[in-house]
Order: sequence, then C-alpha cells, then structure tokens
Amino acid sequence: MLIVVAVVVLVLTGPLRAARASRPAPDRPAGAEAADLEAARDAKYREIREAEMDYRTGKLSEDDWRAIDHDLRAEAIEILRRLDRVRDRAAAPRG
Amino acid sequence: MDPSRKRAIRLTVALTAALLLASALIYTSFTAGRDELTAGQLLRLARPGRSYLLAGTVLNGSIRRQGDVTWFRVRDPKLSVSVPVRYTGIVPDPFAAGRGVVVAVQERAPGSPTFVGEQNSLTTKCPSKYQAASGAAS
Amino acid sequence: MAPAGRTLLIVALFICGYGIFASLYGARTGRWEWADSGRRAVYALALVTTIAWVILEAAFLRSDFSFNVVAAHSSTTTPTFYKLAAPWSSQEGSLLLWVWLMSLWSSLILFLTRARVREIAPYATAVLLGFAAFFTSLATFFANPFATSATAPAEGAGLDPLLLHPSMMIHPPMLYSGYTLMTIPFAFAIGALITGRLGSEWISVTRRFALAGWLFLGIGIVLGARWSYTELGWGGYWAWDPVENAALMPWLCITAFIHSIMIQEKRGMLKVWNASLVLATGILAILGTFLVRSGILDSIHAFGASTLGGPFLALIALMVAGSVGLVVSRRADLRSEHHLDSLLSREAVFLLQNLVLVALAFAVFWGTFFPLISEAVTGTKHSLGPPWYDRYTVPLALIVVLLSGVGPLIAWRRATPANLRRAFAAPLAVAAATAVVLLVATDAARRPLALTLFALAAFVLACVAQELWRGARARGAIAGEALPVALVALVRRNRRRYGGYLVHAGIAVLFVGVAASSSFQHVNQTSLRPGQTARVGSYTFRFDRPTVAVQAQKISLGAVMSVFEHGRRVQTLRTAREFYPDTTLGPFQAPISRFFTGEPETQVGLNAGLTRDMWAAVDVPLTPLQSALDFRDRQFQMALRELTTKRRLAAYIQARDVVVDSLAQRWAQHPWAADFRLIVSPLVTWIWIGGIIAAAGGLIALWPAPVAARRRATAAYRSRLGRELAESGA
Repeated sequence: MLIVVAVVVLVLTGPLRAARASRPAPDRPAGAEAADLEAARDAKYREIREAEMDYRTGKLSEDDWRAIDHDLRAEAIEILRRLDRVRDRAAAPRG
Repeated sequence: MDPSRKRAIRLTVALTAALLLASALIYTSFTAGRDELTAGQLLRLARPGRSYLLAGTVLNGSIRRQGDVTWFRVRDPKLSVSVPVRYTGIVPDPFAAGRGVVVAVQERAPGSPTFVGEQNSLTTKCPSKYQAASGAAS
Repeated sequence: MAPAGRTLLIVALFICGYGIFASLYGARTGRWEWADSGRRAVYALALVTTIAWVILEAAFLRSDFSFNVVAAHSSTTTPTFYKLAAPWSSQEGSLLLWVWLMSLWSSLILFLTRARVREIAPYATAVLLGFAAFFTSLATFFANPFATSATAPAEGAGLDPLLLHPSMMIHPPMLYSGYTLMTIPFAFAIGALITGRLGSEWISVTRRFALAGWLFLGIGIVLGARWSYTELGWGGYWAWDPVENAALMPWLCITAFIHSIMIQEKRGMLKVWNASLVLATGILAILGTFLVRSGILDSIHAFGASTLGGPFLALIALMVAGSVGLVVSRRADLRSEHHLDSLLSREAVFLLQNLVLVALAFAVFWGTFFPLISEAVTGTKHSLGPPWYDRYTVPLALIVVLLSGVGPLIAWRRATPANLRRAFAAPLAVAAATAVVLLVATDAARRPLALTLFALAAFVLACVAQELWRGARARGAIAGEALPVALVALVRRNRRRYGGYLVHAGIAVLFVGVAASSSFQHVNQTSLRPGQTARVGSYTFRFDRPTVAVQAQKISLGAVMSVFEHGRRVQTLRTAREFYPDTTLGPFQAPISRFFTGEPETQVGLNAGLTRDMWAAVDVPLTPLQSALDFRDRQFQMALRELTTKRRLAAYIQARDVVVDSLAQRWAQHPWAADFRLIVSPLVTWIWIGGIIAAAGGLIALWPAPVAARRRATAAYRSRLGRELAESGA
C-alpha cells in the first residue's frame, strides 16, 4: 500500500518538480488558437474531398461542384492565412 | 425571399410541429395511462368496468396454484391490507412471496372479494441485486 | 486484502480531490504544471482503481466469503466465468466498475489530448474527476465492495440464476462503458463552454469517444434484448421497461450528436444544439445509472430501493443547472457561422433526423417518468404500456429509417432536383419493387406499418449499395484500381463515412427483424399433457415426453417437444423449468420442499433460423407434488431434530437426496399437465444480425485512418493551396 501511495505521489508531483527545475512552459494561448485553426483546416480539407466525392458519385452536377469547391478552397486559404499569422506571432521574438 | 425571413418561417414551422407532437403526447398519456394503485387505494377507489395496475408485494404464504390459475394476495407497502388476485397467464420466474409485483386487474365480480388479473400482465421485480440475496424482502 | 481495498478507495477519493483542485488552479492561474498534475491525477486514479478491481476479482475467484459482497453474490459452485462477472451483479461492485472504467477512458482521452485543447482539458479533467469522486464516495460510504464480516459463512448465496447467462454477464460492462464514455464529451463540452473555446477542436478530440459510447451502449442494449428473449419466459425482447428505456434515451441523443457534429465541423452551425445535446446525453447517462438503483419506478429490472437515490438526484440537479447556465451564458459565442443554404441538403436532412431522434428520446422519457409526473399532477400514479409507446415510436422510427437512406445520397450545402432524381431513382425503384413483391406474395398487407418498414429498409440497403458502387467506381476511375480493390481502398480512406453507411444498413436490417417478429408472430399459451398438441400458426407443437435432471445446484423438470409442419416433423425443442434451493429458509424449515421452492428459472427451447424462430417455454406446476412434499417435510423435520452424530447426519443427507430425487422423478413417471408458452416468430434472427452489422460499422467508423494516409492527404492539399496562395499574391 505504501508503494502504491509513493507511486501516486511521484506521478502527481512530476510536473510540479519539472516546473521548479525551470523547464519553460509552452506558449499556451497561441497554441490553443493554432490548434483550433488546425482543426478547422483539417475539417475544411475533408469538406473539399467530400465535395469532390459527391460530384464523382453523382450527387452534385459539375457546375454545382465547381462552385462549392471554389468556395471551400477560398475558405481553406483564409484559414491557412490565419494559421500562418498566428504561427508567425508565436515565433516572433518577444519584447 | 429574404434569408432571415426564410429562417424565421422554418423555425416557426419546426416549433409548431414540436409543440403539436408534445401536446399530443402529453394529452394521450393522461387518457391512455392506467392508474397504478396500491392495495389500499384499490380497495378504496376501484370502480366496476375499469382496469387498474395493482402494485405491491406478494404476501407470504398466499400463493396457491390450481391448474393454470395462480392465486395470491398483494400487500400494500404502507398499510396492513392486502387484496386477493386470481391470475392466469405467464408467471415470471422471479415471482415469489415477498417480491414486488405489478399486475393489471379488473374489478371483481359482484359478491366476490377477488380481483381478476389480466392474462399475461404480471411483472415481478427482479430480486434486489443490490441487497444481499439471503435477505428476502418481507 | 479487504483493508487494502478500503484504503485504496480512500486514496482514490484523495486523488480525485487533489486532481480537481490542481486542474482548476492550473487553469485559473495559467500555471500549467498544475494542470498537468491534475491530468496525472486521472492516471493515478486509473492505477489505484485497477488495483482495487483486481483485489475484488481475486476475492470472488477464491470465494473469500469474508467479503460481504462475495458471500451475497457468489458461491463455491458458481462457474469461474460467472465468478469473474459476479462483481458487477452487486451494487458495490458495479459502483467500483463505474469508477474503474471511467478512470481508464478518462486517462486515454487526456493522454491523447495532452498536447491539444490545453485550455479546455483542465476543466474537463475537473469534471471527470468530479464524477469519479461522486461514485467513489458512494462506494466508500454507502456501498463498500470491501466491507467484511467478522464471521465468514461457509458458503455463499450464489449468483441469481437469471444472471447465469453469457449475455447477461457482458451486458453490464457494455452499458457502463457506454455511460462512462458519454461523460467524456460532456466534460469537454463543459470545458469548452467555461473557456469560451467553442470551435470544433473539442468536438474533433472527443468525437471518437462519443462514437465509442454509442457503440458500447448499443451493444449493451442489444445484449439485454437477447437475454430477455432467450432467458426470460415471455418470448419478447423489448417491453419498454423503465430500465430498458434508461439506456435507450442517452443512446438516441448520442446518435443525434454524432450526426449533428458533422454539421458543426463543416459549416460552423448548430453550436447551441450540439452543446445542449451532448450535455443532455451526459445527464441522461447518469439518469440511467440512477434509475436502475433508486427503485423510484416499477420495473422488472428495478432492483429494489436503495439509499443512493438522494445523492444521484442531487448530482443530476447540479448537472442540469450547470449545463443550462453555461449554455445560456455562452449563447453569443455559440452563434452559428453559417446558415442552412437549402432544405434540399444533407445539413437539412441531418437536422430533421436530429429533431426526430430527440423527439423519440422525449417520448421515451415522458413515458418512462409518467408515473411520477402523473402522481405529481393528479395525485395518482398512471402507467403507460407498450401500446402508448408504439403509437409514437413506430412512426418516428420509420422517419429515422427513411432519413438514414436519404442522408448519404444528398449533397452538402445544396442539391438540385435533377441530382436528387439521379440519386434516388434506383433505390426508390427497389423499395417499390419490394413493396409490390411483399403485397403479392405474402400477407404483409394486413400490417401496413410493417410493410412500410420493409420497403424503407429495402430503400436504405439500396442507397448504401449504390453509394458503395458509385464510390468504388469513381475511385477506380481516378486511381486506376480494379473494383474490389477500389472498394476496400474507398472504405479504408473514408472509414467514418462508410462505417456510418454500414451502421445505417445494420439498423435497417435490425428494424426488419423487429417489424416482422412483432407484426407476424403467432403465440399459443396452453396446458398440455404428453401426447397432446397445440397449433401455432402453420405449425403443430406436440408434447412428446417429460424430462427430469436432478443436480446438486438445481432440479430441472422439462419437456421434449416435436414441431410439425404440414404433417412433417421439422424440429425438436427441449425446454425446462429449473428449481433452485430456497436459501432463505432456516435449517429446520421445509427440508425437502426447499429444493423445489427457491428461485425458478425457465430454460427456453429455442430453434433460431434465418426465416423464423420456434420458441417454447414450459412451466411445470408443483401442485400435484404438494401433499407429498408437505408429508416429507414433516417426516424429515422430525428426523432432523433427532440427529445426534455425524454418522447419522450423513445417513440423513443420503436419505434426503433419495427422497428429493424420487419426488422429482414422479414428473417423468406420471407426468401431469404443464403450461406451455409457444411462439413462432419470423425473422427474429435478423435483429441480432442487424445489431452485429451496425456494431461492425461502428468499429470501422471508429478506427483511425493510417497516419501516413492522413499526412499524405494533408500534404497534397497544402501544396495545392500553397500554390494558389502564391498565385493570389498573398
């Protein structure tokens, strides 16, 4: 039982001991925004692929597909631009 | 048509449909449901020609079987009264003295104290798996 | 080992408390090492509860009756498989199972997201540890699995005979896995609402857990139905029992959620709806756990009243209040980014499907709680039976089946009438042909709802087949692959989509089984002596001969039946009523009849086929034996009182066993009339087959795509879009 408690205490306090040893924490707020944008980017890529698949399986006419594909790719580009701006801000030297 | 007006119309239609369905559901539940009564309530409130759900505990020592007919008494959980039931149909495996049961009954024949159970309407609570098996409910 | 177990529960409570504090402190102060420490508290909880679980299982395996729970739910004669499963037949063990499973799933999600959703995760951790603390507290203070008695009995009470069935042993872990997995998207939704990070990331990290919860809970529901059909003596698989409904409600809501999140991921729509839906699912999952234990509703499953109702109600109230408060306070952030472009779109179909599923869940909820609602309103409890449920659930289920065929074939954003004609022509033709064939060749016309369901199921299967065909052909054309290769690659590349289509097909098949078996079933309930027959539909059942088997654990009185069709024997069925000893009696009470008056159990005689099931259950009344049993009881009670030595005890036991055996054999030697319930039911097997297909589809949808394929897909698009960025002069 003492061994279990000791292991538990070691596990719980690991990050606290590492922080005291001065390992720098990641840039949390920028990381969170970038993660959101990456998720949105991946979802947009899936949409683009699915729209193409919808066209190839006959659910969309070519004209409809091209229109939708154009909109989706524009949205994807906007997401990539925003992602690049966030990453540039995170990489810029502070101060 | 203006898109926001279209959305407003769609929302109104959807909400109206939901309200109608909910109203039908609620109304029919009050008219379709059967009263679930304890033994004491049944003795007080039972009217001829109506069907009720009798809920309670099977009285110890009251079970008797004769052919495909099962006779038993259902005890009120709070009062020291019980009602006799004459039942035909499926008898669930867990059915035993001291077990909780629900059975659909009709008003007894004139002059008879016994309620007639509707065929195959008897359900029994599983013996409490959350109590020790050796402690039978009294 | 019991003291160690009790200590581990206390340690678990401390871990939960510390983890909640550390997570919240880290989130509020931005000191992320504390948030990481809170995450590790979940790992530590998993470790501690695993050890506790192993201790409990070991106690059951070695039949350590000093543990109260082992003495109450196991015995030395319980088979090993059932000993392993017996812990969760008890309140105490099932509470520990809940915590253990929850800690495992929570550890998994937090490990997988340790570098993502860093702002949301601490709050989600706190919520998950809050649930764990609740259940651990119940296990520690109200129903401790490690409670012991000073004097251990020599033998345990054994497992309830109704639970001695493989389905029944797997059913609870499946259900609990489903419930605990559903707390994960709930917790992350709470975290997203608190932090205001209401993009699609919290959904993308929890989506698989929601799908896994759907899968496990669905398997648990189907297993429960299977157990009811094969083990209980009524021949049905669903009775709208409150505890059945308690599992169905969150399953319906999570089904709606895993569809509607696709809309949020793609279009940024339905944020309020999704947040509310996943919160409602979590609440219903806890409500389902509560219903089984509280005894507030009369149910064949309602396992008696317990003291846990109050704490559960408090938790549910807190969850409801917190959820409503958070959604209302964040409604501005939950505004949709886009709106519905067209009613002829997949978004519109998904939305309609969501509304129907939620309507179904509401109908089931209302019917389940109506006894309490009516008592509050009128003063008298009203109960609603299957006919009321069928009135609402059947039409709504038909709409869900229809939409499961329409959805995959309609495009996102907008579809033109011309495209719809091309997409639906063939499936509609298949549906129409199915309806015509059934009308002409069968008597399906007398059950129009069932006929409608059959046609809709054919429509769905045709839609799925068409999608697979067209998709494989398109992929084959693009990639130059042969059709079978293209089909496999298509599914591998789009597991979520095509796994989902397989689920739709499985559900359609399942509903075919439900519609056929409930609409065209033949039942006969009758009393028969050997040689007598009973007609069931176009079949004749004959009671051939009685059977007797006397074992240490039980006495089995049964019947062998022959089934004839058009004068030709087509099947033999064996059914029996098993009588277990009554373990509640004192040593001097009913020394002989106790072997016949314990918990009885029906062994159903079942012949399952692809086209129909034949089902028989016998109930052998013991009335003809009663006078003999009473006489022998008096005789052996006197003998028991005169026992003075061990040798005489041995002789007593031997004589008793001989008498019990001879009484049992009277059924074989001079059989009397027994009651039979005989059923012929078409297409029941397709319910189980449909369930298996749906589960397989769920597994495919759940399976992550190979990492290399994901990287390739992303890289290809990045390079294309990168070129366009350059061309557009960014």
